Amino acid sequence: MQELTFETLIAVFEEIFGRGLFWTMVVGAGLVTLAYLYVLIRDRAVSWRKFLLAQLSMPIGAIAAVLFVQRMTHSQFSDLGGPVDVIVLLGVAVMGAIGMAILVYTTEALFGRRRNDTAGEP
Amino acid sequence: MDRRSFLSLAAGSGLVTAVPMSARANPAPIASKARIVIIGAGAAGTALANRLSMRLQGASITVIDPRSQHLYQPGLSLVAAGLKPAKYVTSDTSQWLPDDVSLVPEAVEAVDAEAKTVATQSGQSLPYDYLVLAPGLVLDHDAIEGFSLDLVGSHGIGALYAGPEYAAKTWEAASEFTETGGLGLFTRPATEMKCAGAPLKHTFLIEDIASRAGAAGKYEMHYLAPQSALFSVPIVAEKVRMLFGARGIDAHYNHTLMAVDPGAKTATFRKITRNGESGVASESLETLPYDYLHVIPPQRAPEFVRQSGLSWADRWTDQGWVEVEPDTLRHRRYPEIFALGDVAGVPKGKTAASVKWQVPVVEDHLLAALSGQEGTAIYGGYTSCPLITRVGRAMLVEFDYNNDLVPSFPGVIAPLEELWISWLMKEVALKATYNAMLRGQA
Repeated sequence: MQELTFETLIAVFEEIFGRGLFWTMVVGAGLVTLAYLYVLIRDRAVSWRKFLLAQLSMPIGAIAAVLFVQRMTHSQFSDLGGPVDVIVLLGVAVMGAIGMAILVYTTEALFGRRRNDTAGEP
Repeated sequence: MDRRSFLSLAAGSGLVTAVPMSARANPAPIASKARIVIIGAGAAGTALANRLSMRLQGASITVIDPRSQHLYQPGLSLVAAGLKPAKYVTSDTSQWLPDDVSLVPEAVEAVDAEAKTVATQSGQSLPYDYLVLAPGLVLDHDAIEGFSLDLVGSHGIGALYAGPEYAAKTWEAASEFTETGGLGLFTRPATEMKCAGAPLKHTFLIEDIASRAGAAGKYEMHYLAPQSALFSVPIVAEKVRMLFGARGIDAHYNHTLMAVDPGAKTATFRKITRNGESGVASESLETLPYDYLHVIPPQRAPEFVRQSGLSWADRWTDQGWVEVEPDTLRHRRYPEIFALGDVAGVPKGKTAASVKWQVPVVEDHLLAALSGQEGTAIYGGYTSCPLITRVGRAMLVEFDYNNDLVPSFPGVIAPLEELWISWLMKEVALKATYNAMLRGQA
């Protein structure tokens, strides 16, 4: 019976961020992912121009995610005490970077489309 | 695997979860007409009630507890450092209990182990086939002369064990110290106590906060313990001694808090000195001034346990813990009685993490007894303590009866290293894991 279940994992994350914020973030992440899939299917290709901007936004996402987690957990950089802490911090940063890249790509594809379309028209 | 998966869950907050999620296998329920009475709806009583309810069909399970509020006690040290509000640790007792478990909201007056009945304060007599004692322990505040709970929060006095509101008041007194500085005295009792790491955590946290606040450079801190070491596990005691040294916290051994004078702001300690050559111990009283004093009173088994003849006769005679076998938690004289958590007379194990390991052992032996068999599960004394050393850092200390360290993640989370990930486990993941334990799910 001493097992990790999906329910308890959800409960852990509710505990970290608070129930309201956690589910708001889940819904937000879900909507962005759906929108990302939508633009990929709609465009039937990855736009490398948009992807470049998305890549440039990644460091901002990484830093934002780290600062957010630190704020939620009363922590600071000087609390890092060993290799495993650096790995956790990098993990948070990588997730923030990927999340930000998807967000920027999707936003640009959805709302920046007109400019790209007209650029391609005669 | 058990401990590892439990802590992996906690580590999930650090976003490094690597254990596979597995579907829970539900063993077939056991049909039984047994009457099982559980005294106490704290961590142990609630977790066991849920697990038995899932495993048994037709049995009558009764939980007796006069308190309508459930306390998440591991959160008290966070409340007392201003990191969480008092309500962080409270919930309704009834919300954790399954529908088929009846809750008797009364205090227990006595247990008659020969007649197998429990008498409650209102005169109700509940017969049982199996009895589980999990009433927790009693804080003996009266044992400290001049101290009373209404002093907490003023006069520079803190006492975080006394409950959520007192933990919050403790922070009121402690936060003043972290701003204005002065002389801080941190104590622990001579008796066994729940979470022996908490007195150290409070000391570390207040020192850390003071060092970053208005009191920086204007405070002096002393830790006074009746024992001759800072922790019962020698290797941990040595590590804490070194950390105290590095942080400028003076450790004083063989000092027991006896009296407080809140008006004069002084605390009196009984000091035991051993003559170096003859080894003869001599007692003296030492009165010290303070600006902040953290009081942890002596801790004992509830009166009904001691009066009902369930305690050890030759060990902890002033404290009255239940006489159980250390590896099965079964009473040595009454095999139909078990004890869990704080009240159990075992050398370690007065923490929620211990309860987590104890409950399945009692469940195993109790269910086996219902089928006329012998249980096989063994409790090895597992106790763990995310020993907070700063806001943002903790050491994940795990040990057993032998004082051996039993790290869950050897090579990844070093037990005696101050780590951020261990802090994350304590601050954000433990409560969710604890709640899952209460529901019998972890």
